[in-house]
Amino acid sequence: MTDAQKTRVDAAQQRYAQWLAVGSRFGLAVLVASFAAYVAGWIAPLVPLDQLPTLWNQPVAQYLKTTGQPTGWGWLALLHRGDVLNLVGIALLASCSLPCLLAVLPLYARARDRAFVAICALEVVVLVFAASGIIGGGH
Amino acid sequence: MFVHRYSGGGALWVLLLALLLAAPQAFAGEAAAAAQAAGAPDGTAWWVWPLGLFVVCFLLGIVAVPAGVGGGVLFVPIVGGFFPFHLDFVRGAGLLVALAGALSAGPELLRAGYANLRLALPLALVASASSIVGAVIGLAMPARVVNLALGSVILGITALMLMARKSEWPVVERPDRLAQALAMHGIFRDAASGREVAWQVHRTPLGLFLFLLIGVLAGMFGLGAGWANVPVLNLVMGAPLKVSAATSGFILSLVDSSAAWVYLNRGAVLAIIAVPSVVGMMLGAQIGARLLKVVPAALVRKLVIGLLLFAGLRALLKGLQIWN
Repeated sequence: MTDAQKTRVDAAQQRYAQWLAVGSRFGLAVLVASFAAYVAGWIAPLVPLDQLPTLWNQPVAQYLKTTGQPTGWGWLALLHRGDVLNLVGIALLASCSLPCLLAVLPLYARARDRAFVAICALEVVVLVFAASGIIGGGH
Repeated sequence: MFVHRYSGGGALWVLLLALLLAAPQAFAGEAAAAAQAAGAPDGTAWWVWPLGLFVVCFLLGIVAVPAGVGGGVLFVPIVGGFFPFHLDFVRGAGLLVALAGALSAGPELLRAGYANLRLALPLALVASASSIVGAVIGLAMPARVVNLALGSVILGITALMLMARKSEWPVVERPDRLAQALAMHGIFRDAASGREVAWQVHRTPLGLFLFLLIGVLAGMFGLGAGWANVPVLNLVMGAPLKVSAATSGFILSLVDSSAAWVYLNRGAVLAIIAVPSVVGMMLGAQIGARLLKVVPAALVRKLVIGLLLFAGLRALLKGLQIWN
């Protein structure tokens, strides 16, 4: 690796850190705010809070069957429900590595560091695949 | 001065851990009467468990940092063993606890040069792909089998923590071809000792294979995998200890993200369990980080190993339906 490449790579690490800091802080803020709205009762939940103790000891399949909560990305249609709204913050936290990887890709590309362009691109594919619900989401 | 104040603090830490184990029962007992009217199955009000969870996670966060473990590995066996939540939801929350911790520490570790992006990304790619497989397998297994396997893994981790050596500055004579091709090397400036050391790694193919297995375990049990990442990076691949610890933390931010998505898509993330856990653990970890310099870390580590041993046995006996 040449010195010029090394400089670019160091820049990639700094850029990744910068994006990760912004993304994770934003995700946490959304999570805490939506949870406060949920437990304070400002937004009505899909599953009433006092019914949770009869449900949270059930396997997830039983919980979904009883509550009618959708799997996959179906929760997007229920964002007006306090408990479901919390999933926005959780999804943001689980997604905040994606923009970081996309932000450093051009730096590796400019340094002609093909291996790391491929690694970043593959990691993006893995995260998008995980998020897609193709294997995790029920239908 | 502070060291003196805490030097006889063994009893304090024993008390802290006793509180940690007693907290769920204590909270449940106090509010049981008030909850009978609400119709909860065991007579406990709904808010008691999230509040108890917050307190326990706060305490876990305090002990996790001086003990040198991530919160996730403590969270799943302890909350799974002593709270009424199903393991599906506990594992979903455990991943988020580990993820939130990794995300909050990651930027600073990268900026300071402790974590290394070039070392992390190839290993994280393999582990994050396999964690999806682990999560799918884990959610398909019955709770009894998960408890049996979790108990065995936790007891294995306890043994690893007891036996694993550490090498602050491992000597790597020559990097392997893959490490050379990917330029997995760097210069580490240790602020504590003032040393500046050029490091490189070897046995990269073996490291990649081990990270493949680590990813499966992380996804299957909702554990942060720092307990496994650090020995592989440090003892197998030869990265300096501090680089290994920091890079491990950063790798978790990618591995746990992909596994967390599987749990989220399957509906196995309940905000009422996940959010108090994440917030409690993060607040506790901040105090733990401040106490790091003044508490006897070796003692805390021994107590955490004892706690893990107890929680691992509890999961195992639960799986064997001996102690339900």
